[in-house]
Amino acid sequence: MGFMNLFKTFLGNHWGVHPADHKRPASEQAIRRLPLAPRLHLMLSQHVGAPARPVVLVGQKVLKGELIAAAQGNISAPLHAPTSGVITAIGEVTAPHTSGLPAMAISLDADGEDRWLEVELPADPYALAPTDIAARVAAAGVVGLGGATFPSSVKLNLGRRSSIDTLIVNGSECEPYLSCDDRLMRDRAADIVSGIRLMLIATGAKVAKVGIEDNKPEAIAAMREAASRFGEVVVVVAPARYPMGSDRQLILELSGREVPSDARAADVGVIVHNVCTAYAVQQAVCLGRPLVSRLITLNGNATVMPGNYEVPLGTLVSDLIAFTGGTQGEITKIVMGGPMMGTVLPQTRVPVVKGTSGILLLDANEAAAFEPENCIRCGSCVKACPMGLLPLEMSAHIRNDDLDGAVDLGLADCIACGCCAYVCPSHIPLVQYFYHAKGDLSARQRDLLRSESTKKLALARQERLEREAREKAEAAAKRKAERAAQQAAASVEPKKTGEIA
Amino acid sequence: MNSAAISAQPIASPHAHGGNSVTRTMFRVQMALVPATFYGFWLFGWPSFFLWLLTILSCLGFEALSLKMMGVTRIKATLFDGSALLTGWLLAMALPPWAPWWVAVVGGFIAIVIGKQVFGGVGQNVFNPAMVARVALLVSFPVPLTMWVSPLPLTPLAAPDFIDGLRIFLTSLPQPDAMASASLLGYTKTELSRGIDLFHSLAGDHAPVLSWIGARSGSFGESASLLILAGGLYLIGVGIISWHTPAAVLAGIAIPAAISHSVDPAHYLSVSAHLLSGAAILGAFFIATDYVTSPNTTSGQIVFGLGIGLLTWIIRTWGGYPEGMAFAVLLMNALTPVIDRFIKPRILGRDRKGKPLDIPEGKGA
Repeated sequence: MGFMNLFKTFLGNHWGVHPADHKRPASEQAIRRLPLAPRLHLMLSQHVGAPARPVVLVGQKVLKGELIAAAQGNISAPLHAPTSGVITAIGEVTAPHTSGLPAMAISLDADGEDRWLEVELPADPYALAPTDIAARVAAAGVVGLGGATFPSSVKLNLGRRSSIDTLIVNGSECEPYLSCDDRLMRDRAADIVSGIRLMLIATGAKVAKVGIEDNKPEAIAAMREAASRFGEVVVVVAPARYPMGSDRQLILELSGREVPSDARAADVGVIVHNVCTAYAVQQAVCLGRPLVSRLITLNGNATVMPGNYEVPLGTLVSDLIAFTGGTQGEITKIVMGGPMMGTVLPQTRVPVVKGTSGILLLDANEAAAFEPENCIRCGSCVKACPMGLLPLEMSAHIRNDDLDGAVDLGLADCIACGCCAYVCPSHIPLVQYFYHAKGDLSARQRDLLRSESTKKLALARQERLEREAREKAEAAAKRKAERAAQQAAASVEPKKTGEIA
Repeated sequence: MNSAAISAQPIASPHAHGGNSVTRTMFRVQMALVPATFYGFWLFGWPSFFLWLLTILSCLGFEALSLKMMGVTRIKATLFDGSALLTGWLLAMALPPWAPWWVAVVGGFIAIVIGKQVFGGVGQNVFNPAMVARVALLVSFPVPLTMWVSPLPLTPLAAPDFIDGLRIFLTSLPQPDAMASASLLGYTKTELSRGIDLFHSLAGDHAPVLSWIGARSGSFGESASLLILAGGLYLIGVGIISWHTPAAVLAGIAIPAAISHSVDPAHYLSVSAHLLSGAAILGAFFIATDYVTSPNTTSGQIVFGLGIGLLTWIIRTWGGYPEGMAFAVLLMNALTPVIDRFIKPRILGRDRKGKPLDIPEGKGA
């Protein structure tokens, strides 16, 4: 193994890219609280899984932290009122998505008092049973805040059931422009470490490794200081390289384990949570505060006051911009999330959701549009791909409508990190191709499932009809045989008797 | 995927770009060729400058003509992405420095039209266009393509001035005998065929070590190995090429050369003679590293480079031609799709064959 690693280094094992991080000056400002917007819109579906089900009525008064929509099904998360006020509508609002299509949301008018719901707090949170911690995390609506928005309690329970040994806490924040994880680690390291300890109890892992990229020395120092009293929480410095924060890459870097392509992290004994999630767990379990706000990086050349803001969920992006001094210059692109994987917003009158890690207002210098040219097969994308794929070949197959060819080359393993398109000298929108093909692929798989289930039903029906026909025929044959036997017996009888006689 | 989806302004991530472009890449390669080119002008005078200029101009002209005939709308952007210019430049580097004007024009036509545009333009060609033209010219017009001229500073004659240079270039006058010379590889091949071994033929003026400073005859651009090498190292330094292909090409020549020379030094050229002669350095750093026609994985590039090196050595040693780099490059170009088919990077979480890795024992939900 050691020799192979040496060989790898020799041949060049340089996945990923090193984009200019643009984290300063936003990351140098301490966390600021955003003023309360007059109206908040809480999307019912802002997590992976089934949308939440509203449990309030229009006109109902709610307190801050009160449940307004309950989780539905095994994988889902509840929603809570981000401030005290009155429910004004339950209906469609424009979703924070590239399509600009509407989706269901609960609208809430703030009464300005911002009064918390009174809750009972555990005397000693660290004495709680693992299942109890996971239940409290579930009830607080905590989801993965790194951007995946997978319900955290599901992962905590999965970790306990699959006997994981290591909890990996993702503080790498490899996306350029974003600094909310960095800032949270600098300003609230002690709370994060408490959250990590609670997650250790909930998952049953022995040790927690906090991975932080080496371009955040202040965060590393703050976390080391906060974790120094707890031997089970270790801070590991990772080299700054995008996409270090992708779970498979971070697991490999921190634990040396490679997650098999068709398996989950828990299958190799680890589970990954974001630092912001750890903070949300601490807030939920120790203070009884559900997830009603999150830290958002506002950045980009067109922003007036770049920085990290604690924003109540459901605040409109336009309000966030207005509260921070508006915009300056021409905005070319509004991006939700980071520049490498974030989504374009067609407009700003959309609410922030649990997965919103950043709002970037990019000007023409930062988000220049390029005309795609022919691929010159330079292989930059092959070197950059952190998954070991051949983006140039995959895109060639997709261009020729050869979805199977792209799948054979590993389309399903693509994590859409954007490294390939970032380095492409021909400005080919490779990730767009891959999204397109993945959409086609999932449509095809849905069709396949549907036709399979139809086929199964049809087969079952045919089988049933055949069986019924067969049973009928058998019954008829049986009856016939019986009748024949009776007749035969009747006709034979005299002879028999004759014989006897 | 319909054409609307391809041409639409991309909305998918990423929203940042590293800043690299085709034009910038091509420009850097041209920068790397500048020192050797200027040194070549000094060595071979005005005729070599005219040859260089006309080869590039004819490549650009044929590129523009092809694009127009194919109905490409963005002729200007495609024409000036630097790829046709680079093809012409590399072709000029591979031609005899005093080749007549029509060699430049025919070469430009073969390189751009036959070597590149019929395949579909930039990025689509299977063979290196400059090498296609070089080989086609060599096979079709062997005499002007093997007329080597001594570097001017080494001859007693005065260098041709501008007008004389133009006359030499346009009228293909026979060279004065004092200037005619053979390349090292051609010379030793001839001498070996006459039964004169290398100990005798390589005495004096033909010592291979003179190649370092270009003090020997040969193609226009291959003369000063040191400057070509410097350009190649610059390309590796700025990340345009990786070291794998050049190292493999040079190793592919050097290893068989070292073995054979140590066995029979009278009949096999030494490693240094091989590496410093002909197109070895130019080919290793500038021709074999062509993106379009070489494999796209580093392991594939090593196989590709070793193949070129080995074939070059074989052709030089036993083939009919004194130099084999261009042939070797074309042969390995043809194998590139095969190499790419068999040598693929390992996908994370999968084994070499593409099967998902096994879940470790005792784990799993």
